[in-house]
Amino acid sequence: MMDNKMIVEDSLEQIDGGFAFLGRLPYYRGLGLSMIEDIAVSVDGEKLAREDIRFAVRGKTYSLDQMETVYDDRWNFGEKAKIIGLKPGGLSAGKHRLEFAVRMRVSYLPFVPTTKDAKDLALAG
Amino acid sequence: MSHAIKRGVSLYSYQNETFQGKMTLEDCIRTSAELGAKGIEIIGEQTFWGWPEAGVAQADVDHWHQMIAKYDCTAVSHDFMLDYKRYKGREMPFDEQVASVKNDIDFGARLGVKFIRALVSIAPEVLVAAAPYAEEKGIKILIEVHAPLHFDHPWIIRHAEAFEKSGSDALGFLPDMGMFLFAFPPVWKEKFLRIGVPQTIADYIVKAYEDRVLSEYVILNVQNMGGTGPAIGMAETLRHNAAFEPKRMLDYMHRIHNIHGKFYQMDADYVEPSIPYDTIVAVLKQGGYHGYICSEYEGNRWVEDFQEPDSVEQVRRQQVMLARLLGETEVPTITTSPTLNASLAA
Repeated sequence: MMDNKMIVEDSLEQIDGGFAFLGRLPYYRGLGLSMIEDIAVSVDGEKLAREDIRFAVRGKTYSLDQMETVYDDRWNFGEKAKIIGLKPGGLSAGKHRLEFAVRMRVSYLPFVPTTKDAKDLALAG
Repeated sequence: MSHAIKRGVSLYSYQNETFQGKMTLEDCIRTSAELGAKGIEIIGEQTFWGWPEAGVAQADVDHWHQMIAKYDCTAVSHDFMLDYKRYKGREMPFDEQVASVKNDIDFGARLGVKFIRALVSIAPEVLVAAAPYAEEKGIKILIEVHAPLHFDHPWIIRHAEAFEKSGSDALGFLPDMGMFLFAFPPVWKEKFLRIGVPQTIADYIVKAYEDRVLSEYVILNVQNMGGTGPAIGMAETLRHNAAFEPKRMLDYMHRIHNIHGKFYQMDADYVEPSIPYDTIVAVLKQGGYHGYICSEYEGNRWVEDFQEPDSVEQVRRQQVMLARLLGETEVPTITTSPTLNASLAA
């Protein structure tokens, strides 16, 4: 659910040491960060390493490994988190194909769902 | 037997709009109230940022009470989750699960609800252990009986036995009407056609569902018809859904205190083509039910790939249907823009 609303339109930006965009949790509620099992990001078909991804909400930034033991913070319902890709030199100006997948551990489900979105986002030059 | 069935809405119904900030809490409550659906149910973790891991500011709870009062509504239920898989690789220990339920009882008390909803996978022992605390706080814990489970399933019977043995009236059931799925929902079929299920296979599955063929036979037959991927997925929905009998609720009326009025689509003629609401309401009247039926729109996820769900119109149609079935003479009508407050804030 909410698959096509995961990547926020027009949110791609260049940052120091990489790039960032806004992402939403594809779920009808929020989730404690320890239950975010994985976040995968690809740009123009190239997948980033897990250790090169950062997740930031309300001024706090976490690596994916750190998130696994965060029990006092959440990715809230509809909340736009900043998803950061560490990539020396960042991205070139213009349009990029962004793929974004979230795997979450949901207590009541007999499986571990992964939900994906893909969008073309333009980076201002 | 007399009935005093009341209409309500679970704000889950408006998730497509609230997720995107197109409706605020006030928009959701006002729109529901205009429809005469004065019972408001929420999923705490949807409506309140922070809950449970980071807590909820008192100002947010105060705002909730102001909205409920402003629109003359009743706070019906806080649906809690209990993430017993919070820790990677190990289940939350029993005592911590009980403490977590108590935390949600406290939150329910802050919100002024009489009921909190437990998900069906939660063990009966956890709920029984939390029951005395719920009694103290004047709250009932209702386990949601939801497809593929149903009132004759051993897991639900185990809960019922544990509730009776506990002697507590703070434990009960919240049946989700999706378990009475008497026809394959057209919106499901259309979605499966869009993702590539051949028409012949889709037609076969709808017919097999109508004929009440066992899911495992249907899956094998679809394989034999050459079905792969999405076709198997469509057949497998029959493992998780079945046309159970609404009258099975009658044995449990003394513990049924809230109802999820699940629906996948409300057509323009005010009919839910897959869930038999006429039969359901008749059974509830027969059983002397006097709680709320809260709209729970779940067609959103079946249409969002090709159109923006219109949750408010879907809820309106269901409320018109419910009002008719309950013998009300006034037709529920929305009088202000459902996105009024979100527009003002933008």
